[in-house]
Parts: sequence; C-alpha cells; structure tokens
Amino acid sequence: MASPVSTSAAPSSSREVTRYVAIAGNPNCGKSTIFNALTGLRQKVGNYPGVTVEKKTGRFFGSHGEAMELLDLPGSYSLQVRSPDEAVARDVLLGRQADTPRPDAIICVVDASNLERNLYLVAQMLELNIPIVVALNMVDVAEKNGVVIDIMALREKLGVPVIAMVATKGVGLIELRQAVSRSPLPPPTIWTQMPIVLEREVMGLARQLPVAPDIARAEALLLLTLHEAALDEVTHHDRAIIEATKAAQQRLGTAGIDPISAPVDARYDWIGQVCAAAHHTGDSHFAASVSDKVDGWLTHRVWGWVAFLGMMALMFFCIFTVAQVPMDWIKDGSDWLGKWVTDHLPESDLRGLLTDGVIAGVGGVVVFLPQILILYFFLGILEDTGYMARAAFIMDRLMSKAGLHGKSFIPMLSSFACAIPGIMATRTIENRKDRLVTILVAPLMSCSARLPVYSLMIAVLIPGHSAMQKAGIMLCMYLLGIFVAFGMAWVFKRKLLKGETPMLLLEMPPYRMPSWKGVALRMWERSGLFMRRAGTVILALSVLLWALATYPKPSDPKATPSEALAQSFAGRMGHAIEPAIKPLGYDWKIGIGLIGSFAAREVFVGTMSIVYSVESKDKEDIAPLRDTMTNEKRNDGSPMFTPLVCIGLMVFYVLAMQCISTVAVVRRETNSWRWPLFQIFYMTGLAWAGAFIVYQGGKLLGFH
Amino acid sequence: MTTDAGETLSSLPLGQKGRVLGFALPPEHRQRLLEMGLTVGAQFEVIRFAPLGDPIDIKVRGYHLSLRKNEAAGVFVARL
Repeated sequence: MASPVSTSAAPSSSREVTRYVAIAGNPNCGKSTIFNALTGLRQKVGNYPGVTVEKKTGRFFGSHGEAMELLDLPGSYSLQVRSPDEAVARDVLLGRQADTPRPDAIICVVDASNLERNLYLVAQMLELNIPIVVALNMVDVAEKNGVVIDIMALREKLGVPVIAMVATKGVGLIELRQAVSRSPLPPPTIWTQMPIVLEREVMGLARQLPVAPDIARAEALLLLTLHEAALDEVTHHDRAIIEATKAAQQRLGTAGIDPISAPVDARYDWIGQVCAAAHHTGDSHFAASVSDKVDGWLTHRVWGWVAFLGMMALMFFCIFTVAQVPMDWIKDGSDWLGKWVTDHLPESDLRGLLTDGVIAGVGGVVVFLPQILILYFFLGILEDTGYMARAAFIMDRLMSKAGLHGKSFIPMLSSFACAIPGIMATRTIENRKDRLVTILVAPLMSCSARLPVYSLMIAVLIPGHSAMQKAGIMLCMYLLGIFVAFGMAWVFKRKLLKGETPMLLLEMPPYRMPSWKGVALRMWERSGLFMRRAGTVILALSVLLWALATYPKPSDPKATPSEALAQSFAGRMGHAIEPAIKPLGYDWKIGIGLIGSFAAREVFVGTMSIVYSVESKDKEDIAPLRDTMTNEKRNDGSPMFTPLVCIGLMVFYVLAMQCISTVAVVRRETNSWRWPLFQIFYMTGLAWAGAFIVYQGGKLLGFH
Repeated sequence: MTTDAGETLSSLPLGQKGRVLGFALPPEHRQRLLEMGLTVGAQFEVIRFAPLGDPIDIKVRGYHLSLRKNEAAGVFVARL
C-alpha cells in the first residue's frame, strides 16, 4: 500500500470501482458541498456496523470516466479522537473499520479562510501514508478577507496536489476530479518531523505493533500521545503494547518531552513554516469584520435573545401558515381517494380496510409532510449559515446550569425535527455521561411527529383560523418540553450521572450564504425517511389498528358502530386502561388512541380518525375529524374534548416517549436495554403526572 | 509547563490581546486546546462574551473559538 496506487485505466463501460476515495476535513470547511457536487444524487446513506455513525458514500467518475467510490468521513479536527464520529474517521483511515476498505486516496478539504487550523488535520493525514489531494476550498472568501494563498508554494511545501476551489460555485471541480483520478497517485513524501527523542520512541513502538508497516508509525504516534485514562480504554491492542506505550511516555517525560504537547507543537511549527511561504495577508479585513459586526448584534446581551426567540417564532409561524396550503391539498387528495374507493367497491371488510385503515391512517400522517419540510428547511439554513454555533454560544450558560453544555443544544434543537437525528447528533459530545444525559432528555423536545397531535388538539381547542393564537399555544408546548428537558437533565446530572461540567470548545465559523442545493438535498433525504416510515411502520400500524378496532365483529348484526367498537379488541384494551386514564379526564376511546400511538405519536391522529369514523360510518360524508371530535359527547352529554382535556392531552404528548424508533436508536447508541427502558418509564410517568395536574388542577381552579 | 503568578485567560477584559504561556488543565482538555491551535506562544484576542457572560469568544490563528471561563481559568497568558 506504500507503493503508488495504479488504476488499470478502466474503460467507462465497466462500472467497476477503480478507486476508493475518502473525503475528510474539519467541520464547516465545505466538505459536504464538495461531496454533493462530485456525486450528485448518486448517494447512499447507511451506517457503519456496530455504531450509528452515518456512512455516506457516493459514486463519481474520474476524468476518463472511471468509476470511483467516494466516502464522506465525519468532520473532525484531529485524528486524536474524542467522539464516536471522529473515531470512525480515524478507524477508516487506519484500515481498522470493518466493512470499509482503507481508502486508496484522501481528498482533504481545507478552508482557505482558516488555513492554519485546517492544516492541522492535513498534517496528521500526511503521516498516514495514503495519497492525498488537498481541496483548498473557499478561496474567494479568503481573498475577500485579504488573504492570498500562493497555490504553487503550498503545493511545494505540502508535497501533494493542491486544488483551489469555490465549491459552492463549482469552481475547481474538474481539476479536483482530474487530480484524484491521476495515475499513479503517490503517497505523501513530506510530513512533520518530530523531536528526535520522540521520533525514536515512535519508531521503537511502531516495530512492536501488529499492524501493516505503512501505518505503524501513525498508529504508534497516536498511541504515544494518548493520556493515561484514554490509554486504559484502548481495546484494540494487547496489554503489552499499552504497557510499552506507558514506559515510552515515562522515558519521554524524563527526557523533558511532553508526549501530549510535543507532537502538536511540532505540527503547528511546521504549519507556521508552510503558511509563511504560502499565506499572504493583505490589508483589507472587510468580510471578516462584516461577520463580526453581525455577531455584535446576534450575540448581543439583549438583541441576541430577541433575534434567537424571533427566529424560533418565525420558524413555527411558517410551519403553521405556509404549510397550510399544501396540507389542504394532501387532505383533499386523500379524502377524494377514500371517496373514490367507497364508490367503486362494494361494502366489505376490504373496503373498510382500504378507506378507514390504509387511506385514513396513512393520509393522516402524510399530511404533515409540508410541516416537516419547512422544519428541515429552517434547520438546514441555521446550520449552513453558521447560526447554529451562535445559538450554542448564547445558550451555553443556560445549558451549563443544567449540567449540559452548548454542544447538547444542537442535538436538542435537531430533536425538534425528530429525536432520532437528534440522538445521533449527540455523537459530537465527547463525555459519555453528558452524552447519555442529552440522549435521555432529547425526546422531550417536541418533535415533528407531535405536530399532528398538537395541530389536531389545537384545532379542537380553538376552531377557526387564528394562526397567531395557534402558534402561541404551540410555542407554549415547545417551551414546556424545553423546560422539562432542562429540569430532568439537572436531576439526572445530580442524582444519576454525577460528573463535572464538561469542557466546551466551539468554533464560530464566519456567517455564510447557505448552500441551497445542500439544504434541498437534506430536505429530500429527511422527507424520504419520513415517507418510508409512513409507508411501512405507520401503514402496518394503521392496518393493525383497523383490525383491532373491527374484530371481533359483534354477534348481533344490528349492533351500532359504537357498540361494535366497544367490544372490539381495541375497545377492550381501551376499557382495560380506562381506570388508569380516567383521572386525566380521558375515556376508553382516547385510551385506544394512546395505545395505538405507543409506537409512533403521529398515529394518534390516524387512530382517532379510525375510532371516530368507525362510529360515523353511517354518515355518507366523512366530516373532518376535528368536527367529529368537537361534537364528541360523554355519556352524560357534556362535551368530551373540553379545553382541559385538550391541553392535558397535548401535555401528555409533550412528555410521553411514544416512539418505537427512538427506543431502537437509544438502545443502539447506549448499547443496552437499560437506558431506553428507563426512558420509557420516566417519560410515561411524567406524561401521566403532567396530564393529571392539568386536568385535576384545572378543575380545582374552576375551569372545565 | 505552568507559571505560578500568571494571569489567566478568564480574567482578561474585552478586546485584550495576549499570548499563551502555559496550562493548568487535565491532559485531555489541554490536548484539545493545543490541537485547536491554542499552543504555548500562540497569540489571541478576546473578541466577546456571550450574553450571559460565559463562554468567551477569542480569535486565535485567524478564527473564532469559544471556551468557557472554567477552562479559560486554566490557561496562563501574558498581555500583549
């Protein structure tokens, strides 16, 4: 592998992959933009075996049409890892990751406007003995900042090809393709020289390592620079190797060399020389100062909060007004389809299954696709512009009160869309306990699957179109989730997972125009996931629920639909839990909804449609669910869905776990059943208590 | 590595420029700060404080890095 990689100039007709290429870089360097530009829509998203780090690969073609596989490595600052994300990047590059071949070449993306710090990772990559092409991205931004980079000098100093790029505008893509497909592509010849004593220990340790000779030096250096606690956690080497490492560290210490800082200092010294030759700072600092001025406002002690809350409010307002139009289309469409099926099929179980089970159930969930798209649109823009880091900066102090840190904010904010990507985003949190606390409370953030429930209950609570009021109630539900999440984090941090408040190191990238293509691509990806869920889990659950609500059929054929439902399986289950939910003001029909949505919250809406449309089957027109629910009466004739019941139900859904996919992800991320089970238990308990307080407390105060 | 009577990063006022002298931090924290470019001898400027006073945003090696006062108190500096 130390020998130059040769491609056998594969003809374009054969689609065999000729080269595995990894794309690596710091966070915020434009790596994804280059990945997207190279691969277009030929992307595949999967997982690395055993961990839930997302594995994104794509096919691209070299300058002669040869197919190459591009692997998008998680963004990282260093190969000395602290998070599972960074660990994957390191393991792939060292050929340690099962199922993923060691790459034949690396595209190392470097932000030209932040050259020094970005070159640190390059310096480490150069030690890996894999051919490298440096993609010097955002040269336009650098130039605006008055930084001119001498590409020829940089190429000479680094000893590898350097391609100047503006990935957002497609500049340099052809050259990058050419550089990567060049054959042969030799491995680096230049890397940082470590102090001689250190170099000797590295070579000594390298000889003892049971790894391929071309990566032994890199492995040895990584081991030597681990501090003691981390060394004890190393599992992929024998105890003997660990002991040898510790002995070497001891010898270095006596020689006056600190194994932690010496390699870093050496690399930055070398980077200093590289920059001195290739990096020329002019006198204009225009763009940088614009970004700084914007920050003066957006992180201001008053205006920062105004902007932050304003942005959140705008996001939720759009979710309610803009999304309404396409939502009406989808609703009309599914109503029309249901009616068409009713008109063209004879009265039968099959017709009931199709209209009440499949169409009503799935349609009731798909209708929320526009809201989810808008949510991802906003989250994508916040991420791309760099505002997400400011949000973490502003929120850190508050987060630290609960024992969390600013980095927990991003997973929690993502959990507003869906707890699954949110929980997966906790991988950037290095400290295990902090990560666990974040995972435990993240599902309390109101995800998009709750939107259907909130929307329905708000519609029942205040009929008509008063978007402001609705957005207001919605905001309250979100705030409740945030508040409880913080409270629980505080409790967990104090009682369950004691530990010191972790370190925060947060890069604040300059503000940038979002990449619309990237945002669109992400919206496409996420809505695809949502639709697949609607087509599989939710479809299956809808059918199951329909069956539970339909069978066994009443022995008396003249039984009213309401009687039929009452003695169905679902009705019996609803009746069975009625004593537990009666104090919350719910009846057995809502009980069916709660049971039905145990696996996925949004199913509540579909279940309610089934529960109530089963009843109103005799009516020709299927009145909107909202009206049916508004008119629903208790046995004594009083309305079922009083304001207290509506609010109580919303509170229940703010706090309850009710999501089988989240359970599965938590189990995978924590590697045990203990935490997901604990999570179901504590969240359901909270939900019951919350709804109880709303209903009984409200009644005591004289509301109804 | 550490200097005794030194001033720390957490005590610097807004706009102050400085140079890193040493650290009094656990090794894993120290290593992270080093790798982010805050090496001994590196120059920086205190750019701003978060609305609630913490964390601190500094400019080092041409980019913005935020760290908490807690860690900043373990970074010994000299004013420039």
